Amino acid sequence: MSALDLQGNGKKLDLPVLTAKDFASEQEVRWCPGCGDYSILKQVQAVLPELGVPRENIVFVSGIGCSSRFPYYMETFGIHSIHGRATAIATGLKAARPDLDVWIVGGDGDLLSIGGNHTLHLLRRNLNVNVLLFNNEIYGLTKGQYSPTSPVGFVAKSTPYGALDYPINPLALAVGAGGTFIARAMDRDVKHLREMLKRAHAHKGTSFLEIYQNCVIFNDGAFEDFTEKDVKAENDLFLEHGKPLIFGKNNDKGIKLFGLKPIVVDLTLPNVSKDDLWIHDENDRTKASILTRFFDEPGSEHYMPRPFGVFYVEERFCYENAMLDQLNLAKQKGDGDLDALLRGKETWVVS
Amino acid sequence: MSEVKNRPLHVETKQDVTILFAGDSGDGMQLTGTQFSETTAILGNDLNTFPNYPAEIRAPAGTLAGVSGFQVQFGSKEIFTPGDKIDVLVAMNAAALKANLKLLKEGKIIIANVDGFDAKNLQLANCKTNPLEDGSLVKYHVYAIEIGKLTRMALEGTGLGTKEIDRSKNMFVLGLLFWLYNRPMDYAIKNIQEKFKKKPEIAEANLKALQAGYNYGEATEVFTTRYEVKKAQLPAGTYRHIMGNQATAYALIAASKKSGLPLFLGSYPITPASDILHELSKHKNFGVKTFQAEDEIAAMCAAIGAAYGGCLAVTSTSGPGMDLKEEAIGLAASLELPVVIIDVQRGGPSTGLPTKTEQSDLLMAMFGRHGESPIPIIAANSPADCFNATFEAARLAVEFMTPVICLTDGYIANGAEPWRFPTASELPDFKVKFAAPRNPNDAPFLPYKRNENGAREWAIPGTKGLEHRVGGLEKQHETGNISYDGENHELMTKLRAEKVEKIANAIPLQTIDNGSSKGKLLVLGWGSTYGSIKTAVRDLRDEGYDVSHTHLTYLNPFPKNLGELIYNFDKVLIPELNAGQLSRLIRDKFLVPVEQFNKVQGMPFTVSELKEKIIATLNQKEK
Repeated sequence: MSALDLQGNGKKLDLPVLTAKDFASEQEVRWCPGCGDYSILKQVQAVLPELGVPRENIVFVSGIGCSSRFPYYMETFGIHSIHGRATAIATGLKAARPDLDVWIVGGDGDLLSIGGNHTLHLLRRNLNVNVLLFNNEIYGLTKGQYSPTSPVGFVAKSTPYGALDYPINPLALAVGAGGTFIARAMDRDVKHLREMLKRAHAHKGTSFLEIYQNCVIFNDGAFEDFTEKDVKAENDLFLEHGKPLIFGKNNDKGIKLFGLKPIVVDLTLPNVSKDDLWIHDENDRTKASILTRFFDEPGSEHYMPRPFGVFYVEERFCYENAMLDQLNLAKQKGDGDLDALLRGKETWVVS
Repeated sequence: MSEVKNRPLHVETKQDVTILFAGDSGDGMQLTGTQFSETTAILGNDLNTFPNYPAEIRAPAGTLAGVSGFQVQFGSKEIFTPGDKIDVLVAMNAAALKANLKLLKEGKIIIANVDGFDAKNLQLANCKTNPLEDGSLVKYHVYAIEIGKLTRMALEGTGLGTKEIDRSKNMFVLGLLFWLYNRPMDYAIKNIQEKFKKKPEIAEANLKALQAGYNYGEATEVFTTRYEVKKAQLPAGTYRHIMGNQATAYALIAASKKSGLPLFLGSYPITPASDILHELSKHKNFGVKTFQAEDEIAAMCAAIGAAYGGCLAVTSTSGPGMDLKEEAIGLAASLELPVVIIDVQRGGPSTGLPTKTEQSDLLMAMFGRHGESPIPIIAANSPADCFNATFEAARLAVEFMTPVICLTDGYIANGAEPWRFPTASELPDFKVKFAAPRNPNDAPFLPYKRNENGAREWAIPGTKGLEHRVGGLEKQHETGNISYDGENHELMTKLRAEKVEKIANAIPLQTIDNGSSKGKLLVLGWGSTYGSIKTAVRDLRDEGYDVSHTHLTYLNPFPKNLGELIYNFDKVLIPELNAGQLSRLIRDKFLVPVEQFNKVQGMPFTVSELKEKIIATLNQKEK
């Protein structure tokens, strides 16, 4: 019998009722005043008590960057690791300990630039973990260089003449990599964010949740088109499974598909009906792929609103479970016998 | 076999024999060599093997670059090396002969496949004339045999295509060598049947070719001598044949059993370490989890994740992979988590010589990370010793909560020898105690509180009341909270170093392997040079030279008495397959002048070059 029971045999303890406060560590939070990270931290701490997972079974793993300080502020297990590798460490942890509830927190630089490769492979392996991508389109901790999600032409410390890199579209990448849960939220819409956190956690597989997060110091207002009261209704498209794609201040705009081409239609016109609109289907990868391409600059020609919500969900086996199945299958033929292994097939005796 | 003539057949007894099977990389020489060696081992000879092959899977056929060789020395005495010079050269083509003739002792045997010396093969090997005919081989016993043609004749009517038939010619050679050295064929027959279980027609072809080779020796009058090599007088016990990487894999499984920790391997394919991944992947019934990561970095990081979760975590790689893992190894050192890092060294820098051996990662293991980041280092000295070294690496990692680097190299990883294997009960258990759960009223958990070894507790997730955070940022002493305080950083740096130093209390003292404990010259080796040095020193001592041999398993920290042991000698000679890495460490630590002997030709030391160097060092006038 191993010293560690990996089967986890699901022993349920009588859990005391926990509150958000119970998930806050004693560490002083050291993000800049006004940073979007505060809101995300607060929503995570608010959601965790509702999930029914014992605190000691939760592990937050992060890399390097402002957002990667996250684990220090959580009264759970946590690893603040090295740049870009949270996904790889979490993969090993979850594969070794399927019983744990593993969350990965990282920024756009961490998860998409230096750690881009691991993110790709985590998504295709589909371990049952939750990835929270804090996207602020900037390198904050190193004081303001453009990031892989910054737009072309972005002027930052390392790009006084404007960035030349075409930005990564994180959710399109996630679809391409075979992600099984793909969603977007923002720091300022806390109710929606909480809902997305819960859905991400409920999904069995790698949940990839991009969260637009405002860097108040180096990239303030990067997402104001989507977060500010006066404009957001015109720019935000909230996805709901089975519901038509409708947006606009008066819910007066809809999205229709012509073949694979989406167009915005005016629902106030007499010949346009809600029945003709694109009905969101979370399980349709092709449509999800189109939705991730709604990535235009607000105000540009043929502008499509930015979608928020769950783009895509797929049920697929999780790596760590399949790994365990293989082990159990092998063990059906009998547990490994160390003496037999060391002895091998042929021996001889020297006397 | 119907009409075996009664002919005068001389049987000569040999103490030791070295055979080199050489051919094109597609000629199956590795398989032939392995089969011959395994049978020889079971027969009770001591032996040591050296597979030597090109980095390309199928290098251009017939060329010198494409030559693949498998060298085996076996004998009735103890054998520690695959042999400097060879007694029998099996050359499947002209290139194989040309590339290896310099290794053949004068007056010894060449078994040449005539079909491999046609115009095309001669041209590919850059031979202007045919060495089998131009008189250049008069100093040797040449047996020119039409192996290809004879194999084809033997397999006539099997219905197999020429390609498949030609692929069996290595079995003809194996059969012939079995006859020549008087070895039974039943073990090889069993192996071939098993290997080609799903292709019975191929199995049959191989067995026919094998038998044809044996019969050829028996029935033709080409050979007038057969050789006999008696059983070796090895220490009593039960033995098996083992390869280095296999021994490494077994040690990890054994360590998992003896520690009660589930085994987790994160690895990325790399020559010459991949066989560890392959071997461990087979043994899922031991609860072994193997994870083929997307890259070397992920492999190490996954191991860190598994270690954090409470597994015996391992990563296996070679030099270029070590480069990539170093940042994460530094993290493991900072987190103070146990991870075993197996580095099967190969020729570097960069891609270097992927299939050739070198001992040039020692200083990288010592100093390869930024910051003050000491890590224990252990080295294996032979194929079978890969078991001991790896098992020990696992024990130290867990007992001292630290990553441990275990160095092997291509030579011993792919080499094989007889192994007096331990039983499970002979292997020591090692204590693993995870941090205990805590109640809300208990004093706060201190993740970086240390025990007498300087090791912190292993606090795994899922343990009630132990919720805590660790990270790569400097930690406050005991609490583990982030601390940028200068004095605390110095303290933590010191505590991490002291922990590694304390390992010296948990390892055996250094002993003299061979020779007296005082004298003129100490040959100080480490790792895979063991066999060559052992043989050289043994021979020279027999000849009356005042020389002793000691061999290091523990490179960091050194055994406590190493300095004392060194100071007892007038001179120290350090032979290494690098530019002088251990030499630097010894000079630095013990302030002694060290005579270096270095080689970086992708090949192990020969016994004769070591003997020459030892004699020269002994004869050196003091400057």
